[in-house]
Amino acid sequence: MVRARTKFIVGGALVLGAAGYLMASAIGETGIYYLTPGELAAKVKGDSTFYNTGVKMGARVVPGTIERQPGGREVSFSVTDGSQIIPVTYHGVIPDTFTDSVDVVVEGRYNRNGTFVATTLLAKCASRYENAPDKYQSTPGYKAAKGPSA
Amino acid sequence: MILVGELSLWVALLMATWGATVSFAGGRLGRSDLVASGERALYATFAFVALASIGLWTALLTSDFSLRFVASYTSANLPAVYKFSAFWGGQAGSMLFWCLVLSLYSAIAMFANRRSNRELMPYVTGTLATILVFFLATTVFRANPYSRLDWIPPDGTGLNPQLQNPGMAFHPPNLYLGYVATSIPFAFAIAALVTRRLDAEWLGAVRRWSLVSWLFLTIGITMGMWWAYVELGWGGYWAWDPVENASLLPWLTGTAFLHSIMIQEKRGMLRKWNVTLVVATFLLAILGTFITRSGVIESVHSFARSEIGSWFAAFLVASIAVTAFLVATRLKDLEARAELESMVSREAAFLYNNVVLVGIAFSVLWGTLFPIISEAVRGSKITVGAPFFNTVNIPLGLLLLGLTGVGPLIAWRRASVANLKRQFAAPVAGGLVVGAALFALGMRDGYALVSYTLAGFVATTIGQEFVKGVGARRRMHNEAVPVAFNRLIGRNRRRYGGYIVHFGVVVLFAAFAGLAFKKEYDLSLSPGASFSAVDPYNRTWTFTSQGVSRYEELNRQVTAVVLEAKRAGMNPTLIKSEKRQHVDSRGVPTFEPSTEVGILESLRQDVYLVLHGVSGEETAEIRITFNPLVWWVWYGGIIMALGGLVVMWPQATRAGAKRRAEGGYVVVMQPSERPRVEAGV
Repeated sequence: MVRARTKFIVGGALVLGAAGYLMASAIGETGIYYLTPGELAAKVKGDSTFYNTGVKMGARVVPGTIERQPGGREVSFSVTDGSQIIPVTYHGVIPDTFTDSVDVVVEGRYNRNGTFVATTLLAKCASRYENAPDKYQSTPGYKAAKGPSA
Repeated sequence: MILVGELSLWVALLMATWGATVSFAGGRLGRSDLVASGERALYATFAFVALASIGLWTALLTSDFSLRFVASYTSANLPAVYKFSAFWGGQAGSMLFWCLVLSLYSAIAMFANRRSNRELMPYVTGTLATILVFFLATTVFRANPYSRLDWIPPDGTGLNPQLQNPGMAFHPPNLYLGYVATSIPFAFAIAALVTRRLDAEWLGAVRRWSLVSWLFLTIGITMGMWWAYVELGWGGYWAWDPVENASLLPWLTGTAFLHSIMIQEKRGMLRKWNVTLVVATFLLAILGTFITRSGVIESVHSFARSEIGSWFAAFLVASIAVTAFLVATRLKDLEARAELESMVSREAAFLYNNVVLVGIAFSVLWGTLFPIISEAVRGSKITVGAPFFNTVNIPLGLLLLGLTGVGPLIAWRRASVANLKRQFAAPVAGGLVVGAALFALGMRDGYALVSYTLAGFVATTIGQEFVKGVGARRRMHNEAVPVAFNRLIGRNRRRYGGYIVHFGVVVLFAAFAGLAFKKEYDLSLSPGASFSAVDPYNRTWTFTSQGVSRYEELNRQVTAVVLEAKRAGMNPTLIKSEKRQHVDSRGVPTFEPSTEVGILESLRQDVYLVLHGVSGEETAEIRITFNPLVWWVWYGGIIMALGGLVVMWPQATRAGAKRRAEGGYVVVMQPSERPRVEAGV
């Protein structure tokens, strides 16, 4: 008679083993590289299979490059990490927080024409929940003003 | 008041430092005067943190924009309720809020144990004071809400419109109340380890605190999902974002603990495991705060990158080192007092419940930290998203759901075949009926069918338990059904409250399975144009655009689209979605535009309308989503919270104790074993 404790450990190991297997295979199948524009450019230079492979790219939108198509569902812009500028086109829901100079994470493929075709676009603004009061300082006439409790 | 508040923060830090020092010293040297001094110091810490908080609230409500914090998160025209809730809207304030809750909890825990657990208390007080020192120091030196601007702006910059929502006013404090409550069981675990008093004694003291934590986390997570659903406009409520995962992790290990605690109480097993779970829950709560606040992991929630990240990392490492050392040196004291007797026993079901819950927690943690892990190991960041979490957690979740039904059905120690047959007949039948009925109605999604079959099984289990309990009371006490039902729950809150929680879980899983049938349509509609869509129930809807309107309202410019929704058997209804551009008093846009979704709610499904933009003059670019059973998520959360309240509800009145002693036992007679007596808590 096998002890219940041993049986439980075998059962538990089976459960955890199955979970581990699922995790490993899911990472293999769905895990994708997260790169900056500079890293992406270096990757494709070293290994051309990185063209048209799904990757995520995190970078900042270059101010003034956003061109929205009418309809609000298509946009093209450029992003940079300071070392490399990559043009991006995106078709889909444009998040409310997407504006000049925000940090974005785009998911999609980098094609051989040098354009990143994005299928998802996440915009995260460092000031998303925090609106620095300092913007008033640049407004003429505001700096000298006194607040209500002063 | 503001100066008083600022000074109080410093005094509180000194008090907590003193409290930590003398409590540990008092416990070590066995000097009760030092122990008493430590406790008084912690009460004083609470008083001064409360003063500091009142000071900040005063500043917020009176719009004192000389404070950077007040100017950053409020404006003069912000409604008072959001000025109040801005307290936890920003980093510095939420750190202070954490201190406030922790010092309050500490004071309550010390007061509740002023005559009990005296050997443990010096170390409990010392541990809590140490945690407070960390949080107060971080607040004072790294995120001080009292830091001033060198000039006074005429108005603050206001609270982000997405945060101006009742859900956002209450979701963060609930999460904090839950996170912080994990500190008390942690402090007791440390005290039990230090003093080597590792029997069920310390567990009794922490069970209610674990429930408090669990309850607030449950409410907080549910509210967060609701807020994301109604406010963010992406059509879902859970995106496996790192910050969401961070709140789920301590909930998972906390839930595991609430189950495994019963095994130690009844059978003296799992002593190491319980200590580990309590410690892990606390560490995960700290990790959650770290992830939320440090920005080390890419998240849409990323708050400003801040300087408190490294402090949290250091605290986390120190906590792990201390507890690892304590556990390692006390392994002998943690030996189990009994052994698992049979695989077919309630212990085994609970053990598997723990394995699965911790397995889920581990996979979520792994997936959340994978970008960091892969970068450290392989040099390049690899991220995993929703597909990873779903692949792993749907099967594990279904296993857990099944165990929810199995656990209550099998006896402790060893179940007999007769017992199994009798107990399982109805629930298994119930589950199969539900599954077969849905299959006959045309449901073909494998996971969904399994979910609903298991849900039917668990629901029948719970129903059977209530029917049996009520029946027993009716026979023994001649009570009417409603009376028997009430007393059944009242006299054994822990057990039947637990069943209510399980029922909430069933409702929740039914809602999750509904996601398999979600349908989305992206379209452009010019005024008067119609679009027909089929919903998940195979009914045809017709949506007709009533045109786009632009107008100004309160503090915002609004672009709105109105659709008329029609379906056979329903009166035509209007749904509206808006794009809002908030402006300040000078008419200058503030923040980015925000989307206001339109939701046509019902128990079966939500029709969810999002306006993406307008092309040309009046052609609305919209997305229509049929979201089946979304309301069941909120209901499931509410039922779970209610069940948690039932379990927690204090029963300690003398009259109540007497009544219970006289006749409140539930005696479950089972032919195959000796009568099992289960006392109320």
